[in-house]
Amino acid sequence: MPHTKKAGLRGFSAYLWTQVPSIEISFLPDLLMFAAGLAFFYGLLVVGRTWLGPFTPEVAISRSPLALPAYAGYSLLRITIAYGLSLAFTLVYGYIAAYNPRAERFMIPLLDVLQSIPVLSFLPGVMLAMVALFPGRQLGVEAGAILLIFTGQVWNMAFSFYASLKSIPTEMREAAKVYGFSWWQRFIQMELPFSVIGLVWNSMMSVAGGWFFLMACEMFVLGSRDFRLPGLGSYLQTAASEGDTRSILWGVAVMIAVIVLLDQFVWRPVIAWAEKFKVEQVESTETPHSWVLNLIRHSRGLAGIRRKTVHPLGERLMLYFSNSRSSEKSHQPSPWKVWLVRALFVALLAGMGYGVIRVAIVLTGLQKAELHEAGLGLLATFLRVNLALLIGALWTIPVGVAIGFNPRLARIAQPLAQIAASVPATALFPVVLLLLIRIGGGLGVGSIVLLLLGTQWYVLFNVIAGAMAIPTDLKECCSVFRMQGLQRWRKLILPGIFPYLVTGLITASGGAWNASIIAEYFHFKGHIYTTVGLGATISQATDDGNFDLLIAATMMMAATVVTINRLVWRRLYGLAETRFRLET
Amino acid sequence: MGDAIIEAVGIEKSYPQPDGTRIQVVGATNLVIEAGKIVALLGPSGCGKSTLLRILTGLSQPSAGTLLWHGRPLNGEMPNVAIVFQSFALFPWLTVLENVEAPLEAQAVPADERHKRAMRTLDTVGLDGFETAYPKELSGGMKQRVGFARALVVEPEVLFMDEPFSALDVLTAENLRGELMELWLNKKMPTSAIFVVTHNIEEAVMLADRIMVLGRNPARIRSDFNIRLKHPRDRKSPRFVELVDYIYKVMTEPDVEHVMPDAETTAEIILPPGGLAEAIQKQQAPVRTAKYQMLPHARVGGIAGLLELLHDRGGREDLFRLAEELVMDVEDLLPILEACVLLGFAWLKEGDVQITPQGSAFAEADIQQRKVLFRQAALDHVMILKQIDSILKRKSDHSINDEFFHDILDEHFAEDEVLRQFDTAMNWGRYAEIFDYDRENGRLIQAEPPVASENQANENQPSVPTPKS
Repeated sequence: MPHTKKAGLRGFSAYLWTQVPSIEISFLPDLLMFAAGLAFFYGLLVVGRTWLGPFTPEVAISRSPLALPAYAGYSLLRITIAYGLSLAFTLVYGYIAAYNPRAERFMIPLLDVLQSIPVLSFLPGVMLAMVALFPGRQLGVEAGAILLIFTGQVWNMAFSFYASLKSIPTEMREAAKVYGFSWWQRFIQMELPFSVIGLVWNSMMSVAGGWFFLMACEMFVLGSRDFRLPGLGSYLQTAASEGDTRSILWGVAVMIAVIVLLDQFVWRPVIAWAEKFKVEQVESTETPHSWVLNLIRHSRGLAGIRRKTVHPLGERLMLYFSNSRSSEKSHQPSPWKVWLVRALFVALLAGMGYGVIRVAIVLTGLQKAELHEAGLGLLATFLRVNLALLIGALWTIPVGVAIGFNPRLARIAQPLAQIAASVPATALFPVVLLLLIRIGGGLGVGSIVLLLLGTQWYVLFNVIAGAMAIPTDLKECCSVFRMQGLQRWRKLILPGIFPYLVTGLITASGGAWNASIIAEYFHFKGHIYTTVGLGATISQATDDGNFDLLIAATMMMAATVVTINRLVWRRLYGLAETRFRLET
Repeated sequence: MGDAIIEAVGIEKSYPQPDGTRIQVVGATNLVIEAGKIVALLGPSGCGKSTLLRILTGLSQPSAGTLLWHGRPLNGEMPNVAIVFQSFALFPWLTVLENVEAPLEAQAVPADERHKRAMRTLDTVGLDGFETAYPKELSGGMKQRVGFARALVVEPEVLFMDEPFSALDVLTAENLRGELMELWLNKKMPTSAIFVVTHNIEEAVMLADRIMVLGRNPARIRSDFNIRLKHPRDRKSPRFVELVDYIYKVMTEPDVEHVMPDAETTAEIILPPGGLAEAIQKQQAPVRTAKYQMLPHARVGGIAGLLELLHDRGGREDLFRLAEELVMDVEDLLPILEACVLLGFAWLKEGDVQITPQGSAFAEADIQQRKVLFRQAALDHVMILKQIDSILKRKSDHSINDEFFHDILDEHFAEDEVLRQFDTAMNWGRYAEIFDYDRENGRLIQAEPPVASENQANENQPSVPTPKS
């Protein structure tokens, strides 16, 4: 009967509806994870085929939006590999610096200097070396790009790991020692967990910086040779060169999408997961959440795989190291090891000496005119960088404070600003340049806009955070005593945000110096747009293959950045740490 | 009984200084930990008792002397011991169960047995049901239970405890102490001796079979006795109170002879107060013990408060009663008392504290007047303030870099003690208006001396209201 049939059907659909959620809960995560695994495998195949394929000097960059997903994938892969390398380097470097006092004495100052060297000036040397290392393979250019991103993102991570290791509480260390932890157990159960939070935040910063460099080095000219890598950066540059607005918009949209997806699928889950490594006495009320992390945690399939692979492996490793520890007797390293270390050290010193001498020879060969130009450029770039900082501070301080003081505004503005900030400025350079040329401003002014584009966000975020951190009772106190306008700014707001402002400006200043290399010299539609500046000198020297001048200019820039850090920023930072610290 | 597990023979700890001399933290000390006994090491903070504990556990090496483990020296191996820490020192990212299993993992115990042993130990300390909790979800008392479980799970021959209850509130500490004693007395603990470091006299008397009182600069055993009180011990019993009182006197007035408690029922003296230091005088070549005057770390506010209280009570009070009434540990009260004595505001006698005429005058004075009196006392008695004052007067710009005084203190004290000494000196000196201290630039600048006495004489009516205690 139709009636019963209908009822039966309805019953069935009702049955389906009640069943669906439970199916969803148990299978959906597994299905998703399985699909992710398949996709990953396919990606591996494609990449392997391309990278091991022959070197194509003129990769044609397609402007079709359909090519974008693949390009985004390649860019992402470069970032990921570079990040993996950075992490490995970080762990080794930080570990040695924290535990070997003799090594610590030169490793930490070295980090400080390396951090200040403008990465982009390495580009030509690294590229040529890598292409020579893998002749006839696309791998060489890829390796060059990856190495470059690596040098851009590794230093702050290494420093964070070192600082975390140094700040492990004494009693925790003593507990590990008195209970006879093996090297491995100490690392897994104490040192790594203790450093995770710092590492996560620095990783986020580093990867953001990685995008910045990647966009610049995916397409790059060295003398007569044109290196191109298929990727988002090259897509955007090509599109801008052609003045193809539609492609530019597509490229920027995909860029933003990639960054938002990365945030949702990588950083947010990692931050939520890292929450358990917070060293706190009492559980905090507000903890970060991530739906992706929940999905992973609820996937039964993954849990099963973990039980079968990760757990037994971890157990095995733990027992292996514990056993080898309890059997080890002497702490004395064997004599040949001592000699090996000494020999390595001497070799390192000799290599350094040789390098210094070579550089000195190169520098004596420079012409006076070149040096003069570089000096003038230094002055121009110095002024430009500081003008960009000043403009950035001038608009971000009032806006940031307004956002920070108003929680409702903050809820809307902060995610927007985050997206705006996470788009690497280098990706937008060609677009902005296109606009500037249309308006008719020269690169002298235009480069300031470009610098501003890359650096103002650091200041804005820190000012917002600082304004939010000003205690309510201090604000109320100001209201009670009727402090308003200028007085309120001078007595409360500026001192309150000072530590944050300094942090933001330090980061911005370093970023601006680095960005000047691309901002002051630009290949565009077959023309070269340039202005006076040290960054332009470096880029020009790169283009002409004038390595003597390149080294000299790079050294000048590094020395300037280190000097400014020592003389200005470190002092201001000291002041922020002592006098302007809000203590509870 | 009487079987020595750990024996320390003439151990010392000193740190080399840049100028070739050494600063001694622990003076030559002999010490025995015997099976079946709880030994308590009692002493004021910063006296080096924790350093001594770390030497005994093998965590740090003595600069001289030997450490014997069942009669044989340890060659860099870790003995089978466990430590319960003041700060708990749990790993916050591991669950309670994982925390307790961690030492067993280090011994390569297989997973099944590990789990079984950890669960059994958690059961013993009353933590069943909390296995999967993270430390931050637990209260302080519960956290320390995890600390105990982690220590007991390795079945240590000696259980070391470094101020195990001092991070807990009074009730929780009392409860945990009681449970510990119950486990120990009923032999439910897989450990044959306990060594506890504490600054709390009552705690030591409550727990220990033997108490060693430590003096400072450098640390040395001042007095050593076996406790004969029967368990469970009653805080209110006259013998208990008598013993606590006695130890109080030994700690506050080490140079005076005190009436000893009854050897049969209360405590049997092994080493009379003031003992060992004279016994072992042979020391390494240029060792400098602190000859420089050491400032007790008391703030001016605390000194004033104590003097006011004493003055109100007629000028004399029993130390023990004073501490009890203020609900303060010796640790906190002692430096204030020492400061009063050092400044000539009070003196100690037979376990009593007596206010001096200067002290009474200070207690009665108003804010400005107090500064004048304090300045006078400080310049009369405090060496470093005297030095600072005379240097500031002689210098043409009446100011000096603080590095100078750091250097002076560096020669006499260990690194963190230098900072504390300097801090206290700055606190006193600023209050006494001997100098202003510009911390940012690290400069001391001569200040205008306070003029309240003339003020009061001239105007007769001070505008500052007299503070009430």
